Amino acid sequence: MALEATFWILAVVGVGAALLVVLLGNIFRAALSLIVCFLAVAGIYVTLSAGFLAAVQVLIYVGAIAVLIILAIMLTREVQRGSPFGRLKIPALIVALLCFGVVSFAMLNTPWQISAVPPLEPTTPAIAGRLFGEGGFILAVETVGVLLLAAILGAIILVREK
Amino acid sequence: MSIGLGHYLILSAILFSIGLYGALAKRNAIVILMSIEIMLVGVSIAMVAFSRYVVPLLLTGQVFAIFVMIVAAAEAAVGLAIIISIYRNRETIDATKIDLMKW
Repeated sequence: MALEATFWILAVVGVGAALLVVLLGNIFRAALSLIVCFLAVAGIYVTLSAGFLAAVQVLIYVGAIAVLIILAIMLTREVQRGSPFGRLKIPALIVALLCFGVVSFAMLNTPWQISAVPPLEPTTPAIAGRLFGEGGFILAVETVGVLLLAAILGAIILVREK
Repeated sequence: MSIGLGHYLILSAILFSIGLYGALAKRNAIVILMSIEIMLVGVSIAMVAFSRYVVPLLLTGQVFAIFVMIVAAAEAAVGLAIIISIYRNRETIDATKIDLMKW
């Protein structure tokens, strides 16, 4: 019962915050409600018994990405101009609704094989085993490290003063 | 009614569609980037839900969600660097006015 209540509260808060990000005219408030959306999603991960992922979500999304976005908002001084809609407002709404309809129809009509096994409880050691252990994702982990390095170098070069 | 896989999938579809709407309809480049982050988060919810309900002992979905997070961080860093550099050169980040490469 507690799980249901938690899920519904977090889902409503997350969807409402995501709607505010898109609909608010003030970019700074949109960035703050983006943080609320990320925190609600971290709570959703906890209800899915993915504790490690929830902690990483708070650290990376709220701690790094949101701060980066707020920094960019302050550096570009676009707050006065706000965040207006473009000419595609109505077609974009139709496309988004169509996408939601198709995706939810496909998801609800697929016979997923739900497993009755209870989830692993401390997930951190198991994820470490999957990432670094035998037959795991070690190649992808190292590739992603190179990708992060390339992204950081690219960002530094892009914003460097001439 | 107990919470099942379908609830999480619908939640992820709603978040993805909201992000898609924002990315298509907004003119401010930073808001477009925030909408893309919402889309990535929605997909991550779907993957963690599949991992929890379909293969609870393999955790593959959670590993994929970690990779999605790393890619989102890299994308935010590069995207915001590009936006700041465009703002320095052209004094605007309105996506409809950045049409230098438009044919």
